[in-house]
Amino acid sequence: MWEYSDKVKDHFLNPRNVGQMEAPDAVGETGSLSCGDALKLFLKINENERITDATFMTFGCASAVASSSALTEILKGMTLTEAAKLTNDDIADYLGGLPKAKMHCSVMGQNALKNAINAYKGIQIMEKPGTMVCECFDITDLEIIDAVKKNHLDSVEDVTAYLKAGGGCGNCIDKIEEIVDSVKTQA
Amino acid sequence: MKIVYTDNNATTRVAPEVLEEMLPYFSELYGNPSSMHSFGGNVGREITRARERVAALINAAPDEIIFTSCGTESDNAAIHAALAANPEKRHIITSGVEHPAIKNPLEDLEKKGYRVTFVPVDDKGRLDMALLYESMTDDTALVSLMWANNETGVIFPIKEIAQRAAEKGILFHTDAVQAVGKVPIDVKDAPVDMLSLSGHKIHAPKGVAALYVKKGLKFSSFLNGGHQENGRRGGTENTASIIGLGRACELATEHLTEMDTRVRALRDFLETRLVELIPAATVNGDKGNRLPNTLNIGFTAVEGESILLLMDQAGICASSGSACTSGSLDPSHVLMAMEVPLESVHGTIRFSLSCDNTQADMDHIVTTLPPVIQRLRDMSPFWKQEE
Repeated sequence: MWEYSDKVKDHFLNPRNVGQMEAPDAVGETGSLSCGDALKLFLKINENERITDATFMTFGCASAVASSSALTEILKGMTLTEAAKLTNDDIADYLGGLPKAKMHCSVMGQNALKNAINAYKGIQIMEKPGTMVCECFDITDLEIIDAVKKNHLDSVEDVTAYLKAGGGCGNCIDKIEEIVDSVKTQA
Repeated sequence: MKIVYTDNNATTRVAPEVLEEMLPYFSELYGNPSSMHSFGGNVGREITRARERVAALINAAPDEIIFTSCGTESDNAAIHAALAANPEKRHIITSGVEHPAIKNPLEDLEKKGYRVTFVPVDDKGRLDMALLYESMTDDTALVSLMWANNETGVIFPIKEIAQRAAEKGILFHTDAVQAVGKVPIDVKDAPVDMLSLSGHKIHAPKGVAALYVKKGLKFSSFLNGGHQENGRRGGTENTASIIGLGRACELATEHLTEMDTRVRALRDFLETRLVELIPAATVNGDKGNRLPNTLNIGFTAVEGESILLLMDQAGICASSGSACTSGSLDPSHVLMAMEVPLESVHGTIRFSLSCDNTQADMDHIVTTLPPVIQRLRDMSPFWKQEE
């Protein structure tokens, strides 16, 4: 608790927009019991593709609850086009930052949102491009390369903190290290 | 806000009697126990007395006690000594639920070419005894098993295992850091070769611990330096803390009965009430064979860190085996080894009591926790209302 910002504490202790939504226009889910956190996002979307309401159900730690709460607050009033541009950093920034080891909670928010928008637009989730690296958390090499570049990560621990990749069985840690090293040498 | 401290397997309050005996050795009695002059020698005599007191708690002889800096050092020193005493042997046996102070050094040794058998436990945290005994071979240098588990409190049959290891001529070490002061320990009755204990788990300060080494065992020091501790552990003695540990061991002996009666009754009360009041709550570990102070309980469909932080709002201190509180993304290796179901493994809470706890403490937890769990379940996508 001591390493959380006041905003994270506030959104954990007084979460906004909790609960199942009656007749939502879009639902996005991410996470599972096995990985220790999960988020179900419900959206009401009007005819102008503007999000008029957002609620959530979350299983997870304080930062997972706070990230979910923050996400719903950010989303209300946004158009789907605006929402589609939202990143995990926007969620973390809204909360005054998250501890490094908890950055994946904000990624979870971004993923649930992406899934909700895709579901609304009837987009089939295609097989992810790239090669699977982390089987536990379903993360590909392209996703890792992207996260390393965008967030200037420089170790396996950083990658795990952002994407969870490598945080499960640990079998892919060597592979993640290779990816991190190759991105660094390219840079 | 009043603090209700039920995290005594993590650390304990320094007893006032312990602190009182320590204080002079931070100020006027600063002599080095190794010095020739009587100013230092007087401190040396107090170290001798502390050694006698620690030995008495586990029925050892004073010269079988080596003071160290922490339980981790004691464990590492024991492994080091066992391997040095048996340089030709390349096999070590331990369990799958050991503390990281044993688990991690043994995993390192595995990478360096040692064969390490991690004996599994069942869903109650009980050792697979058949596999343990089958694993003991002529090549086995060391068997190291914890006396009691820090997370679940489950007690291993150390006496029986120590006897079997002795018959086979295999060195046996036990990490008794969680057991000392909570259950009676007698190294004559349970013939272990080495035993680790730690001060801050028994109301002495952090930064002091001990390793029992049976007389006659060839011991090569882990921390190589001066002649302190009879040449078995270099480094100027942490005099005040060692003296504190001595007093704490004396108090631990006095409190053993209370631990087994009053504290056990408080733990049982807490367990019974929580299971009655909270649906889908499961006690982890062998209920018939646990430390009297420990309760490990899992709540379906909620996450441990969230439970801890909401309890923290009510002044309650406990700990969790959930991934988010373990510093990694995995739930506790102990609960995973016991194959605690995924629905509840992330929602496990450990309450660990001491003689400082009262009925009022338990009542506060019993009042606080059910609404906390309900509140988290109300926002959990995995909680079905009808459950």
